[in-house]
Amino acid sequence: MLTLHIVPYNEIADLTSIGRIRKLLNLAKEDKIVLLEGRLRKEEEAELIQATMEEINKDFRGIELATIDAISKNSDGFAKFKNAVASVILGDRQGLTVIGPANVVKAIKKDPHKIELLAREGVRRRKR
Amino acid sequence: MIPTFLKKAFGRWKSLFKKRRGTMKLGLYGPPNSGKSTLANRICLDWLGQELGSVSNIPHETREIQIKEQVTIKSKDGDELIFNLIDTPGIATRIDYEDFLKYGMTAPKAKKRAKEATKGVIDSIKWLDEMDAVLVVLDATQDPYSQVNITILGNLQARNVPVMIVANKVDLRKANIKRIKTAFPQYPIIGVSAKYGKQIDEFYDSLFELADR
Repeated sequence: MLTLHIVPYNEIADLTSIGRIRKLLNLAKEDKIVLLEGRLRKEEEAELIQATMEEINKDFRGIELATIDAISKNSDGFAKFKNAVASVILGDRQGLTVIGPANVVKAIKKDPHKIELLAREGVRRRKR
Repeated sequence: MIPTFLKKAFGRWKSLFKKRRGTMKLGLYGPPNSGKSTLANRICLDWLGQELGSVSNIPHETREIQIKEQVTIKSKDGDELIFNLIDTPGIATRIDYEDFLKYGMTAPKAKKRAKEATKGVIDSIKWLDEMDAVLVVLDATQDPYSQVNITILGNLQARNVPVMIVANKVDLRKANIKRIKTAFPQYPIIGVSAKYGKQIDEFYDSLFELADR
């Protein structure tokens, strides 16, 4: 059975970068698909990949990750300005991040406007 | 008519080359199997007469940072660019040793390769801070919207590192540079076949054009 864990931005807003990454990675390591309201910072995305690599073992094979922006790259200047102001006031809560453990999620296909998550058939469950 | 954002991107490259000729670190980044090492070998073979590292169809062939110092490229006008070329392991979010078994590897070899590959990804990310300029090498036959591509480019942008995207494998029928241009319109993009040398002169010229603007 697939478990979808929704993380509202409030839950990570006050955490440090390490705290955010640990929270998301721990959920993924519990074989949960994480749906985060908003986005990590660019540097945090790289740190998440780094932390993932450090924890790969015979049970945990890594993650599939995808983000979607609140506005497209081709948006006009005013839309970008509005988005930038909202980010300053509200934090990076705009957009969406999907993180899935690699042994549950086969692939995440993405285009600028949608994310498709393909789950594995017969998911390998870890012994706890 | 060159759009303003392209002028800005080229302008950043220009100032960087002018400031740091002879000392700059030029990194090759990208996902596994995009052809980074093939491009590094092409550059080294063309200008130094020797290759930098091995290449393979099996992902994560490059698992350690490879550096070739003092690579000198000459233009038709006799101008020179000197840089240290840094080939990095492909960045991935998942590494499963079972994937390597499909290539006929034994389980112990596959596990060893997977372990080395995870370290390689970590090293690649750590080295982002060291780069003066980066060529992001993408396989032009693959979907460019992968999160790895977006994360690499986003991190380079956050660090103010000048970037040019190299759309590799244009010799293949499935190659689609237009798709990469649509995905990343804010970056200069050049299509090449590092394996066969297709458009490689244009690639070298583009480095000089960037340097001379």
